[in-house]
Amino acid sequence: MASELRPISDQLRRRRTYRRVLGGIFYGLFLASVCVGIVGLVVLLYEVLSNGLPWMNWQFITDYPSRHPEEAGLFSALMGTMWLMAMTALFTVPVGVGAAIYLEEYAPRNILTRVIEINVANLAGVPSIVYGLLGLALFVTWFQLGRSILAGSMTLSLLVLPIVIISSREAIRAVPDSYRQAAYAMGADQWQVIKQVILPSAAPGILTGTILAMSRAIGEAAPVIAISALVYLTYVPAHPMDRFTVLPIQIYNWIARPQDEFRGLAAAGIIVLLVILLTMNAIAVFLRNRYQVRSEE
Amino acid sequence: MPREDFERNLKLVQDEVVQLSSMVEKAIFKSIDSLKRRDLGASQQVVDEDDIIDAKQEAIENRCIDLIALESPMAVDLRVIIAAMMVANELERMGDYAEGIAKISLAMGELPPLKPLIDIPRMADKAVDMLRRSIESYVNRDIVAAKGVFHDDDEVDEMYEQVYRELLTYMMGDPTTIQRATYLLWVSHDLERVADRTTNIAERVMFLVTGKTEMD
Amino acid sequence: MVLEKEHMKNVDAALTAKNLNVYYGDFLAIKDVNMAMKKNSVTALIGPSGCGKSTFLRCLNRMNDLITSASVRGEILFENLNIYSDNIDATEIRSRIGMVFQKPNPFPKSIYQNIAFGLKVNGFSGDTDEAVERSLRQASLWEEVKDRLNDSAFTLSGGQQQRLCIARALAVEPEVLLMDEPASALDPIATLAIEDLVRDLKARYTIIIVTHNMQQAARVSDETAFFMVGENRSGYLVEHDDTQRIFTNPSNVKTEEYITGRFS
Repeated sequence: MASELRPISDQLRRRRTYRRVLGGIFYGLFLASVCVGIVGLVVLLYEVLSNGLPWMNWQFITDYPSRHPEEAGLFSALMGTMWLMAMTALFTVPVGVGAAIYLEEYAPRNILTRVIEINVANLAGVPSIVYGLLGLALFVTWFQLGRSILAGSMTLSLLVLPIVIISSREAIRAVPDSYRQAAYAMGADQWQVIKQVILPSAAPGILTGTILAMSRAIGEAAPVIAISALVYLTYVPAHPMDRFTVLPIQIYNWIARPQDEFRGLAAAGIIVLLVILLTMNAIAVFLRNRYQVRSEE
Repeated sequence: MPREDFERNLKLVQDEVVQLSSMVEKAIFKSIDSLKRRDLGASQQVVDEDDIIDAKQEAIENRCIDLIALESPMAVDLRVIIAAMMVANELERMGDYAEGIAKISLAMGELPPLKPLIDIPRMADKAVDMLRRSIESYVNRDIVAAKGVFHDDDEVDEMYEQVYRELLTYMMGDPTTIQRATYLLWVSHDLERVADRTTNIAERVMFLVTGKTEMD
Repeated sequence: MVLEKEHMKNVDAALTAKNLNVYYGDFLAIKDVNMAMKKNSVTALIGPSGCGKSTFLRCLNRMNDLITSASVRGEILFENLNIYSDNIDATEIRSRIGMVFQKPNPFPKSIYQNIAFGLKVNGFSGDTDEAVERSLRQASLWEEVKDRLNDSAFTLSGGQQQRLCIARALAVEPEVLLMDEPASALDPIATLAIEDLVRDLKARYTIIIVTHNMQQAARVSDETAFFMVGENRSGYLVEHDDTQRIFTNPSNVKTEEYITGRFS
């Protein structure tokens, strides 16, 4: 211990020691909490990797599912997932960003706006199966779209729309008001201000939010199952009205099989899914960091 | 009260100007008195003490410069400080005139005065009176009193004319009196200049109060 | 109440306020302002906090329209037209009456793009490069940035950023430039650079500048208007006269109290 600046009483010294020990205990407890999460994750990854890696090869990705485990692949599910993501993004981004722009820049501060805001926040917490049932009733049946990718993507886009709206609003709100003031002061009208000042500044945040929303959508099995049912497809969708399957469904299919080999296939499917998810998140983080540095001055 | 220090410093400057005027008053009085009584010792004192007057004026000027540099005075404050500087300057010149009169007294030496001094002391009294009133108008910011001083200058000019004519008569009548007559002429000239300077002080008072320099 | 000097009325006015009253909801922020601002001249607006000088400034280019609770009564005449008439478009006013703000606020774009922005939104069809250079020269910034026009605006120092904002406002060639405490966020040297710039600019533009700094108002302006907080916290115009008069011999005792710092 360093030399003391002033002589202190024994009582004070004891109290200090007590506080130091207490601090150490809490540090240990917090560290343990973190470890619980990390250990859980590590165990999960170990399980998945040890079961799935043996089955990972190029064939696995390009083959269609089959009754024979050695010939089974997840090409149809992978393509289905890609199609679904693309079309979901197609619906979600314009609608979500548009709604965010309206709420932030145009909507007057009255009760109606407040009601809309509250509802959007609540919708983000609705269980995804509810969206599945909604989609089934509305898009599949009433709109007569059938169990198509179109219906599936519209359903999923409803699911993730609140996320996109909220994160886009945050991104738009983060644009400093001083930019708006400067733009208006030069004679720009509202649309010019939005298009040329606010959206470019908010774009990274909006993009990040969209990617994160998509990465949530990619893993949602329940609503997709409701729409497309537990299908066993051996073809790739050719147009929006086609039937489809996605990775979570295919993985579940394999898990439900009795043979042990299919466990391994399921694990391999999970690895593919995880890789896609990690890639999307990494892109989102990368973009956020890159643009954060630029505008944070 | 905002700017307390500054207010105090402004008051200080003003007090110092009043002190300076008192010193100058005494110098003028002493110079005339020593001339009348032929007290050469007193005359010498007036000459020596002019240095003190000069130093005082310089101190006032420096204090004013500091206030301008450090306090950014505006409007009336600025006029107060400028007026103080200029009044101090006028007073210092008046001190120089008193010194001039004392030097004449010394130059006259053992010579008796040409004639009993009556008009010249009267001029001096008037000039000192004008000085006193001009400084009062400065302290009280009284433009009526200032105007009064301004107009009194005519009286002093008349007295000067009178003394001049009388001395001229002496000189024309008897050339041997020329040297002593010119001494007295210079003294009365110096007194006329003193009175003139007090009107300058009165003008500064007008400027301080109204911000304008015209007297009427 | 207000001493509107005769010689201040018969001026060649770029902007004139007539019976201007500004409300924020029910609160009267500015009361009955009548004032003519001379062309090609620098008019300073001074006064204590809350006296409404910034609010008044923002009326002159209808920036208060962006505040939903603000309502403006009275008239602001610009070239014999009331800019608050129903048939006048605020965006057009703002391209002729520009504004520079207290804290430099360049866009997160390059120096070139910042200046080109105003040109773009106003449908400029001429030579953008030339216009950008012209604006930067007018703002005394060209020499310092001519070799790095594509660098981000944030690589400039605070004083340079503010001059960039001035150049940006000048790019659309307004007639009037409104400045809301343009130097208060800058160090003394940058402040003096801005003041020099203001003096140079008045040959071509009319400048109205709000400032907290009285010495700055005295240094840089030709006319000064003093605003004060009145009853019910409403601001009003106390005195508007040549700067030289206001700072050596103001007519209103409240003006004198404020500029000599005896106001508390």
